[in-house]
Amino acid sequence: MTIIDKNADVPAPRTGDAATPLLEVRDLHVEFHTRDGVAKAVNGVNYTVSAGETLAVLGESGSGKSVTAQAIMGILDMPPGKIPHGEILFQGRDMLKMSNEERRKIRGRKIAMIFQDALSSLNPVLTVGYQLGEMFRVHQGLSKKEAKAKAIEMMDRVRIPAARERVNDYPHQFSGGMRQRIMIAMALALEPELIIADEPTTALDVTVQAQVMDLLADLQREYNMGLILITHDLGVVADVADKIAVMYAGRIVETAPVHEIYKRPAHPYTKGLLESIPRLDQKGQELYAIKGLPPNLLRIPTGCAFNPRCEMAQDICRTEVPTLHRVTEQDGSELPGRGSACHFWKETIHG
Amino acid sequence: MGRYVARRLLQMIPVFIGTTLLIFLMVYALPGDPVRALFGDKGADPTTVARIRHDLGLDQPILKQYWDYMTGIILHFDFGNQIASGRPVRDVLGEAFPVTIRLASLAFAIELVVGIALGVWAGMRAGKLADSLVLIFTLLLISVPVFVLGFIFKLVFAFQLGWMTPNVQDDTNYSQLLMPAIVLAALSLAYVARLTRTSIAENLRADYMRTAVAKGLPRRRVIGVHLMRNSMIPVVTFLGTDIGALMGGAVVTEGLFNIHGVGGTIYESILRREGTTLVGLVTVLVLVFLFTSLLVDLLYAVLDPRIRYA
Ligand SMILES: Nc1ncnc2c1ncn2[C@@H]1O[C@H](COP(=O)(O)OP(=O)(O)O)[C@@H](O)[C@H]1O
Ligand code: SF4
Ligand SMILES: [Mg+2]
Repeated sequence: MTIIDKNADVPAPRTGDAATPLLEVRDLHVEFHTRDGVAKAVNGVNYTVSAGETLAVLGESGSGKSVTAQAIMGILDMPPGKIPHGEILFQGRDMLKMSNEERRKIRGRKIAMIFQDALSSLNPVLTVGYQLGEMFRVHQGLSKKEAKAKAIEMMDRVRIPAARERVNDYPHQFSGGMRQRIMIAMALALEPELIIADEPTTALDVTVQAQVMDLLADLQREYNMGLILITHDLGVVADVADKIAVMYAGRIVETAPVHEIYKRPAHPYTKGLLESIPRLDQKGQELYAIKGLPPNLLRIPTGCAFNPRCEMAQDICRTEVPTLHRVTEQDGSELPGRGSACHFWKETIHG
Repeated sequence: MGRYVARRLLQMIPVFIGTTLLIFLMVYALPGDPVRALFGDKGADPTTVARIRHDLGLDQPILKQYWDYMTGIILHFDFGNQIASGRPVRDVLGEAFPVTIRLASLAFAIELVVGIALGVWAGMRAGKLADSLVLIFTLLLISVPVFVLGFIFKLVFAFQLGWMTPNVQDDTNYSQLLMPAIVLAALSLAYVARLTRTSIAENLRADYMRTAVAKGLPRRRVIGVHLMRNSMIPVVTFLGTDIGALMGGAVVTEGLFNIHGVGGTIYESILRREGTTLVGLVTVLVLVFLFTSLLVDLLYAVLDPRIRYA
């Protein structure tokens, strides 16, 4: 490989068209109307993703990460789900105002999704070749034969050995890691602009997690796609993501470029998450865990939703909802991309 | 697969022998003597009776009779003769089975089309009004006995509305067979509808359905390919096992509408102690059951690749 080749691999400037990011979620609200009441799963989420950029969305389970992703994909269960408020701009156009047919044409072709459990997410009675080829047949009108050739090509792309022999196999005949590669191949089939990966490695053995993550990161660079990587594992994101959004009770509580957050979290919840990562140098010590449980979405605490679990909580935390403050250095100089929804962010980051 | 089929075929032999022997013994145990009945009330000359019994082989030990009968069927396709008329049972079967096959296939078609349509309609709207309507309707079909249903049909459609003749006069005429076929199909139709409904409602929530939508597939493809392909597996299995039940289960319906098919002939044979006819009919039915169940198992493996027979 020559140096010139290497240069060719370098993605285009990550900001792309600076005026309009690839995806912009604005003040998104999602609620579920159930028998027990209204569960407010997403309560005003904002984030943007540009071409070639990776946004990691982090948070305990139940914090609304998947629901946000489903709202973007347009695959929410509606009812019981409802989007009472918000905008999801894709390339500048609000997808929530589009017709069903317009949205369908974006799904799979422009925005694709990788799900957590590849075994249940693939159709058990159709061959992987059929399910991969379907993308080409439906969206590009290829014949069955051409689609199968494309399917084999995609399986090669995601480094599945002996793709030609295995194209007619069924999902259950593959290992967990190989199945997730097939999901990735399916998502990448039409070279979408944006991929949403919802905990793509959580269901996998630790040994193959890294391989699958590397593959995803490689392909994302190669195609210069935007990537939303949803995870509850802070360890996964460090090498892959550009920026992080931490979610709690359906809100973004902290945003930051990836490496800064490890060094200096600006929100007590992020701090708690970081401290609960097992570390080699603390072997033998008891592992830290954020006390208490995630809030009941039917009755989210007033003020800051994190206040019952927060060690820094004051009276104001129980009455006033903190907005996402711009986080700056002690001297007031800009920290680009950083924000914290905590009344006491200064104390948290600088204290 | 080939080895599995061979093993299943071999397994059929003891099942076949067991069931036919059981039927043979039961017929033998029936009270009454068909030979004596030939003479009506007059009282027969014992030597004549003994001679006829000897000619028919009825004086042999029961197992010997069974052996002779079965070897006759298997080697010569000979089901023996009727005791009263002396007609070959083969001819009786040849008359009865085509009628029942016509009736059963019409019932099967109704069960398949209406049952699946109702089930899909309800399953896609689980928990809504349409779903409740189908559940109530099928519950009604399941709880009303066949002869009551048949009687209501006759009363309403034949006597009051005059749309059909109350009894079937020409059993090659499908429009005359329609009403009995609906009555015959009713129960299975209800089961098919309920099975389809549950299967559809369950698979609608499956992860792979969400994937299919996320792939940007058109709705008719999501439903028609991804949902149907999975939801129909248990339904097809049920339909397969039901073929035998429809053929054997037509006794009441055939009696009700005066159709001379398998059911009617079984009924008559029991009344007249026609052992040979009865055993012949049941033997063929047993074979139908055995082969449809093998077929269903093979079909199951074709529909669901996770099932592997070795
Ligand atoms: N289909 C649904 N019906 C009702 N409630 C739902 C549904 N999907 C999600 N929720 C609610 O939304 C909350 C957030 O879910 P989710 O986004 O999946 O969390 P996570 O951050 O673990 O991905 C859940 O705790 C649940 O209460
Ligand atoms: S606002 Fe108050 S309760 Fe919420 S994280 Fe900050 S300190 Fe804790
Ligand atoms: Mg989730």
